[in-house]
Amino acid sequence: MITLAHFIVLGAVLFCIAVASLFINRKNVIVLLMSIELMLLAVNINFVAFSRFHGDPAGQVFVFFILTVAAAETAIGLAILVLLFRNRSTINIAQIDSMKG
Amino acid sequence: MELSTSILLTIALAPLVGCVLAGFLGRFLGRAGSHSATILGVAISCGLSFYVLYQLTTGAAVNYNHNLYTWFEIGKFSASVGFLIDRLTAMMMVVVTFVSLLVHIYTIGYMKDDPGYQRFFSYISLFTFSMLMLVMSNNFMQLFFGWEAVGLVSYLLIGFWYKKPTAIYANLKAFLVNRVGDFGFLLGIAAVLFFLHTLDYATAFNDAHTLLGQKLQITSTVQWDAATVIGILLFIGAMGKSAQVPLHVWLPDSMEGPTPISALIHAATMVTAGIFMVARMSPIFELSEGALSFVMIIGATGALFTGLIGIVQNDIKRVVAYSTLSQLGYMTVALGASAYAGAVFHLMTHAFFKALLFLGAGSVIIAMHHEQDMRYMGGLRKYMPITWITMWIGSLALCGVPFFAGFYSKDAIIEAVGESHRWGAGYAYFCVLAGAFVTATYTFRQMYLTFHGKERFKVVDQHGHGHHDDHHDEDHHEPGVLHHAPKESPWVVTLPLILLAIPSLLIGYFAIQPMLYGSWFGNAIQVHEIHNVLGKLGEEFHGSLAMALHGFGQPPFWLVAAAFAITTYIYLFNPSVADKIKGALKPLWTMLDRKYWIDDVYYAVFAKGGVMLGRALWKGGDASVIDGVLVNGSASLIQRIASGVRRLQSGYLYHYAFAMILGLILLLGGYWLVGQ
Repeated sequence: MITLAHFIVLGAVLFCIAVASLFINRKNVIVLLMSIELMLLAVNINFVAFSRFHGDPAGQVFVFFILTVAAAETAIGLAILVLLFRNRSTINIAQIDSMKG
Repeated sequence: MELSTSILLTIALAPLVGCVLAGFLGRFLGRAGSHSATILGVAISCGLSFYVLYQLTTGAAVNYNHNLYTWFEIGKFSASVGFLIDRLTAMMMVVVTFVSLLVHIYTIGYMKDDPGYQRFFSYISLFTFSMLMLVMSNNFMQLFFGWEAVGLVSYLLIGFWYKKPTAIYANLKAFLVNRVGDFGFLLGIAAVLFFLHTLDYATAFNDAHTLLGQKLQITSTVQWDAATVIGILLFIGAMGKSAQVPLHVWLPDSMEGPTPISALIHAATMVTAGIFMVARMSPIFELSEGALSFVMIIGATGALFTGLIGIVQNDIKRVVAYSTLSQLGYMTVALGASAYAGAVFHLMTHAFFKALLFLGAGSVIIAMHHEQDMRYMGGLRKYMPITWITMWIGSLALCGVPFFAGFYSKDAIIEAVGESHRWGAGYAYFCVLAGAFVTATYTFRQMYLTFHGKERFKVVDQHGHGHHDDHHDEDHHEPGVLHHAPKESPWVVTLPLILLAIPSLLIGYFAIQPMLYGSWFGNAIQVHEIHNVLGKLGEEFHGSLAMALHGFGQPPFWLVAAAFAITTYIYLFNPSVADKIKGALKPLWTMLDRKYWIDDVYYAVFAKGGVMLGRALWKGGDASVIDGVLVNGSASLIQRIASGVRRLQSGYLYHYAFAMILGLILLLGGYWLVGQ
């Protein structure tokens, strides 16, 4: 029997993986974008699980919104990435530190 | 019938119109236009002043006291512009406008080559306006306005030749010394407002008796008598303006200004403002023995000791300046002895003969091509007879020779002080009596050095420099060398001399009876019966003629005669004696020549002290505290904090993300802990 707890644990695990990949990954901006996407998916899983559990479809509607926003965000992120590569000839995070004080 | 408001307004405003015309439109009006406009303004003022005096004297009009305009209102206090015209005011108006008119005419001759001609006329008309506002005022506020305005014009005119460093020094000095006096004066006015709750003369004088018994709490144990505090503070203002010891130091230096100014402002009118003010405030001063004793002692000191300095001066104008200081001392002594009418009477006669002496000195200076040192003069009487005769009249009046105007006023003062029983009257009597000798000594010395004896100048005829007398002042070549023989001054110069010689000769004879012993001043001057020294003198007065004849047998006349004999012997017959006396009394001579070192002390203490204080505040206060700590200090503190904080900004995205997550965890954890 798959209970609510399984879904929540799955969401938490996914979220933790995404956070860990944010820190551990020191190379690639694309991976960063992917881990952000993963975080959003972890949130979506929670939404769907609670929606089902409570029998309230509003949560699932919300997931659609999040997916849309995430797609838009990824598109913008990739566009920034392309511009970044054009200007700096790299997408290595370690080298992108012009915000350093 | 009451005086007409429009006449009074015309008297005050006509000189102001002249000032504005000459000052702002002088370039279009030209020289003749400017002097015509200002002279016309003052002439109108003078004519109407005589008319007002005539009306008040004959009783055709009663005293005038009205507010004409509300200047500003603060709460219950309202400052107005108004006129109080009684006989005291009318007399002052006549003296001011008459001397001013003559000085205006004289200036045409004296300043004829000066590039600042229009400016000069504008200033002296402004002065006349300010002085009229001062004397015609019916409240302390307007008095203070006039007081400061005449001070301003005095400052402008002492520094009229603004390229001359000594003139700039002198006008700054005059301004600063007057600030000291004005500070006291302002405190005095504040005290009047505090105790009497009004600045209106009539109300204040009516309520003046309420000052008796009132005390000003200084500390928990020290109390000062209200009337004494007000009296002394107001008198400190008079000390500045009327150049009383120890605030007299500015007046001799003010001779750096053009001579007409010395005559008008620094001898005849402005410097007497303090005397007028104290006489006007007589209802307040009468309440305080202490204040009057203070006034008397200060005046007596000035009367004798500044006169002594006059004996050692060589500059013709400075001799007259020290004589002014001494005569102002006489007036002040009279005020201190409650003989206010005597002081005002001497003020009037002094205005005429001192203006005459100054204008005469100016005439000599023109003839000598702006040489002022009497050591390079002598024997001038045959070149300039009118100046010579009129100056003798002025000098005899100044010395107090019977029948001349100065005799009546000065003798009345000396006798009034002799009658007074106030604390310090003995000292004051000695000072004014000895002062008579001193006055005669410096006056005769000046006359002999200037007009009599051998000529101590050379006339060198220089054909190549035929018309070079237009650059006067600064570019003096060699002392005692003239390019033209001295000659009598033009009529614009001699006419005022003659017109001033007439009152110097006659006014005392005719005015003493009503002004001193009659009740001519009416309520304008109030004296308590017990102090009324002039009243006592009046009982022994049997007419001007008898007084003059009696005067020949009195100590003041003997002293003048003695001074006459001594100076005649020294300066006419045996000039070497002067140097011998000087050699024998070297320390005394040095003391007088250094003016009792008062200037040096002021310079060392106040000027140097001021510079040191300024430097300390600049270096310590401004440079280190304000600039160092506050301005640059706060900037560098922020910079130091920022240079620590900026290390947190690594620029790596994962550091920011980590901080965010950490923050989130802490917040949630905290929330959870609180919720437990």
